[in-house]
Amino acid sequence: MTPARPIELVCPAGSLPALKTAVDHGADCVYLGFKDATNARNFSGLNFDDKAIAEGVRYAHQRGRKVLVALNTYPQAGNWKNWTTAVDRAAESGVDAIILADPGLMAYARKTHPALRLHLSVQGSATSYDAINFYHQHFGISRAVLPRVLSMAQVEQLIANTPVEIEVFGFGGLCVMVEGRCALSAYATGESPNCQGACSPGKHVRWEQTPKGMETRLNGILIDRFADGERAGYPTLCKGRFDVNGETYYAIEEPTSLNTLELLPELARIGVSAIKIEGRQRSPAYVAQVTQVWRAAIDRLQQGKAPFRIEPAWMADLNKVSEGQSHTLGAYYRPWK
Amino acid sequence: MKLALGPLLYYWPRQSTLAFYADMAEAPLDIVYLGETVCSRRHELRLPDWLEVADMLAAAGKEVVLSSQVLVESESDLKTLRRIIDNGRFRVEANDMGAVHLLSGGDSPARNWVAGPTLNIFNPATLGLFADLGATRWAAPPEMSRQQIAELRAGLGREMEVELFAHGRLPLAYSARCFTARHYNLQKDSCEFRCLEFADGIPLKTREGAPFLTLNGIQTQSAHVHTLLPDLPAVVADGLEILRISPQGEHTGQIIQLFRNAIDGLVPPLDALQDAIPLLPEAPCNGFWHGRPGVEQLVIH
Repeated sequence: MTPARPIELVCPAGSLPALKTAVDHGADCVYLGFKDATNARNFSGLNFDDKAIAEGVRYAHQRGRKVLVALNTYPQAGNWKNWTTAVDRAAESGVDAIILADPGLMAYARKTHPALRLHLSVQGSATSYDAINFYHQHFGISRAVLPRVLSMAQVEQLIANTPVEIEVFGFGGLCVMVEGRCALSAYATGESPNCQGACSPGKHVRWEQTPKGMETRLNGILIDRFADGERAGYPTLCKGRFDVNGETYYAIEEPTSLNTLELLPELARIGVSAIKIEGRQRSPAYVAQVTQVWRAAIDRLQQGKAPFRIEPAWMADLNKVSEGQSHTLGAYYRPWK
Repeated sequence: MKLALGPLLYYWPRQSTLAFYADMAEAPLDIVYLGETVCSRRHELRLPDWLEVADMLAAAGKEVVLSSQVLVESESDLKTLRRIIDNGRFRVEANDMGAVHLLSGGDSPARNWVAGPTLNIFNPATLGLFADLGATRWAAPPEMSRQQIAELRAGLGREMEVELFAHGRLPLAYSARCFTARHYNLQKDSCEFRCLEFADGIPLKTREGAPFLTLNGIQTQSAHVHTLLPDLPAVVADGLEILRISPQGEHTGQIIQLFRNAIDGLVPPLDALQDAIPLLPEAPCNGFWHGRPGVEQLVIH
């Protein structure tokens, strides 16, 4: 069961050391962003300036790997130029593709840099082949990253009806909401992944030890409270405990990571072109761990000699770096819905 | 200025829904958006039923628009979408890019559709592109501020109808997961249609009892009710064409009347807000309009 073309492993790089780590541990592609709101991981201390990109592209290309730049937030009239400048900078730095969400920006990129390969970001919220074919027809996108909402059968149906390569998330932090369709953070803090490139941003977070326990707040809103001995997680607002009809529980989602390693043979069979690892905000040690495991798994599948088998050590290694030390198959597993 | 009734975001029993729209035929509304936009499992009214409601409202002089589903997942969702787009009589509001593709492609593209609030149109280049593809009205994303909308219109360089989300709990997020089913430890595929029990969705509070969000099946809304009643002078000054009022469990007709009276100068906007507050399922907010967190309430005196 060897797929026609090898599945590409696409790994996160929040910094130059993370990029080099990803390449050294077997990433086929690394993706990164600039140090501003033009990408959806706009966190302080993270991301690349022109010098770091130049060095990153050199390092990856020398080793036959690709570099993708995420410019996947939505510009507004007042800051449009920042995004077009970012497209120009990415093109000039010789990257292999840019990952966009905004149709206006895609039109700009297609017109200004016709040779530059375009990927549709998960922030574009395209969940059907009709949606993906729209971007293909108008902007010639080569690849689309799917939101984490479809079942395996739905992904298969989608792939069968589009000429666009499909990339899916394999591992990492899990948005329970359709990416690009979530304004929860904007509602609570005024900053959203769509426009400011940040969800539940750190500057709005407060940790407070109280007689009732450790409380985490986002712009004053209580997201969770932890008893002594409970591990207090970051207050991402969809992963807090809330009160619904007198019952307190993770009403939206538990702190958990997506891990689809066991679905790898099925993803290959239905024609998925690339697997994305989430986590540009994570350390090079995380990148090393996750990249290494997925590289080994993809290589074993690709060799196709024996039936595909998951090493228990792989899962143990991945669980160590999972949010909440637990994992889920997300929308691939119907009861999750 | 025109008043529009947004699509019904909740799941009400068939008779309640039909009675609601019979009332709406008499309300001072110019435009009514119809159809199921949240969950494909909701079948109290199917497309032929919605088309009957549409005919009734059109006969009462309303402009009717059919709204497409926001999150399209299955082949069956796509079939429904195609039926809506090929309805042959009413304008369509596109709420995902698949709908845009079907409306603007093919041999005879539609030349007169509405770009819905979930298309993430945030800048003039993108809106211009959709206008070229036949969109004639833009429903702005609710999180856009007055200033951002003004700057977008100034940069567009052509005329286009603009519609604001002016009243109702804010539709904030969509998911493959159903949070109502989850609350009852049910799977989405066997949800027992629990949404039918909650005319305004299920309130979600923080652990200190503060209202925060509303669970409405796969959709998450604000707990607070976004309302631009106190901001009507600014809305009028900016020349915005259409205000959308989102149906709530009770008193929607009175809310519409308050908007109409305030727009027509019969009631001062701040008085209209005071009259509206007892009719809301939760306290008001308007932060988004002011470029602030959406949950905030700013009253301009």
